[in-house]
Amino acid sequence: MNAIVVEKIKKSSGIKKKPVVALSDISFEVKTGELFGFIGADGAGKTTLFRILTTLLIPDSGKVSIGGMDVVDDFKKIRKIIGYMPGKFSLYQDLTVEENIQFFATIFNTTLTENYHLVKDIYSHLENFKDRKAGALSGGMKQKLALCCALIHKPKILFLDEPTTGVDAVSRKEFWELLKSLQEKNITIVVSTPYMDEATLCDRVALIHQGLILQINEPQVITQNFGKPLWAFQSDNMYKLRLDLLSLNEVESCYPFGQYHHVTLNNPDNILEVESKIKSKNHELRYEKIPASIEDCFLSLMSERKIETPIPV
Amino acid sequence: MTYPIQVQNLTKKFDQFTAVDNITFKVKEGEIFGFLGANGAGKTTAMRMLCGLSLPTSGEAEIAGFDLNKYPEKIKKNIGYMSQKFSLYEDLTVRENIRFYGGIYGLDNEKIKSKTNTMLSTLSLLEEKNTLVKSLPLGWRQKIAFSVAMVHDPKIIFLDEPTGGVDPIARREFWNMIYEVANNGTTVFVTTHYMDEAEYCSRVCIMVDGRIDALDTPLSLKKQFNSKDMNEVFVKLARHSKRTE
Repeated sequence: MNAIVVEKIKKSSGIKKKPVVALSDISFEVKTGELFGFIGADGAGKTTLFRILTTLLIPDSGKVSIGGMDVVDDFKKIRKIIGYMPGKFSLYQDLTVEENIQFFATIFNTTLTENYHLVKDIYSHLENFKDRKAGALSGGMKQKLALCCALIHKPKILFLDEPTTGVDAVSRKEFWELLKSLQEKNITIVVSTPYMDEATLCDRVALIHQGLILQINEPQVITQNFGKPLWAFQSDNMYKLRLDLLSLNEVESCYPFGQYHHVTLNNPDNILEVESKIKSKNHELRYEKIPASIEDCFLSLMSERKIETPIPV
Repeated sequence: MTYPIQVQNLTKKFDQFTAVDNITFKVKEGEIFGFLGANGAGKTTAMRMLCGLSLPTSGEAEIAGFDLNKYPEKIKKNIGYMSQKFSLYEDLTVRENIRFYGGIYGLDNEKIKSKTNTMLSTLSLLEEKNTLVKSLPLGWRQKIAFSVAMVHDPKIIFLDEPTGGVDPIARREFWNMIYEVANNGTTVFVTTHYMDEAEYCSRVCIMVDGRIDALDTPLSLKKQFNSKDMNEVFVKLARHSKRTE
């Protein structure tokens, strides 16, 4: 059973003479109970897509059904069964924590007590601050309050647009643990993030770039499908190492990954040749074969499609 | 070895609250130094002092050769600063932004002209010189912001959460620029929330509750804390924080 079915949607924005394509021909399905992630950078089209899925924008063409209902015809019914946490903090800054929760509960004809079991784990972090104005909360707390408000009416499907952007590593970890526990309460979750490392925390992910889905699959399947050997290179001069690697015809790609450069070759059999050529350029070289990460796959898919950042005219 | 950043027992108190608690460290010339910490750990307060924007309650620092307590204005002139939140004027063109920042840093017209040309050609932006910054993609804006922050050839560049949100290729192009200036001797001081960015740094320090709880190369920190990546190192250190936000 699918909670979400999206067929060939397109959306452009901007003036008619010079439309900017936000989404071109997007299709996918999300199964009931799944934790589904959209991974992509700023400007990839994630927010436009979320606004269509949550009935706030109408696609130019294509069909979307949420819980079996059409996003255009049945938007009112859909709004009752979904929760949405936008990327920009959108609660009332001049209401307190408790007042915000009460406000959203009342709008949906419910109370905090009625659905307390659902928000208990999150609300417990907020309870000490319940009389504080939402505008005066820290980033991590705002994010928890927004999640609380998005859950208060017991939605079947939850949409979270970049919930972890700008949040520190400890709060991010806690947030993903919260999402897992919500998933166990039979809520379908669709989440977006610009952070590639968060892909592995989802059941399935779509890699999205410039309005196109590059790939959809389980994260471990995406990384298995990388399809060529990948090496991590390291030397005492990483800056020069990159230039030296890129000067070799054998090298297909070389991307900095923290303290390593991730390297693929046009013909993997040439690795020993590459090693000796680099060593002859005075590098204290260490290298090893490594499994690809989601980010390696993303980079490879981007360059395969020859997607470049367009220069506006 | 020269140390463009030297910090000795630096402390900043706001009433009873000690935001930065007696920190001491040095950063080498040409080093890429990562400055990490959870929200509220004291990163911003520390960085504001290093940039000469706020004076310490006690302790000393020498930045770009100037004593923080005596010559904060000289420090401001001799460092570069870039933040993702604010860097360029979006309703000015690329060329106007370069001219504006060149003027702020006291470059003469001749120098501004030659800087503008080198910058535009290095960034392959000659065709875009009269484009408004707001209509350029984020990845491009970041590269321009970085170059503009370097317009007066500072010895130190401070980068405040520079690369959030850009695509993986644009992000690497940005780091290549950072490597290049570091290779030419500029000291790079970076704050970030994202631990994979920390892996790019020569050394990393992690602030917890106003103190520096760890300072080493990413590789040694991972060994020391028996962790597979910097994220794990950070979580192990920061979860002991006693500060509530």
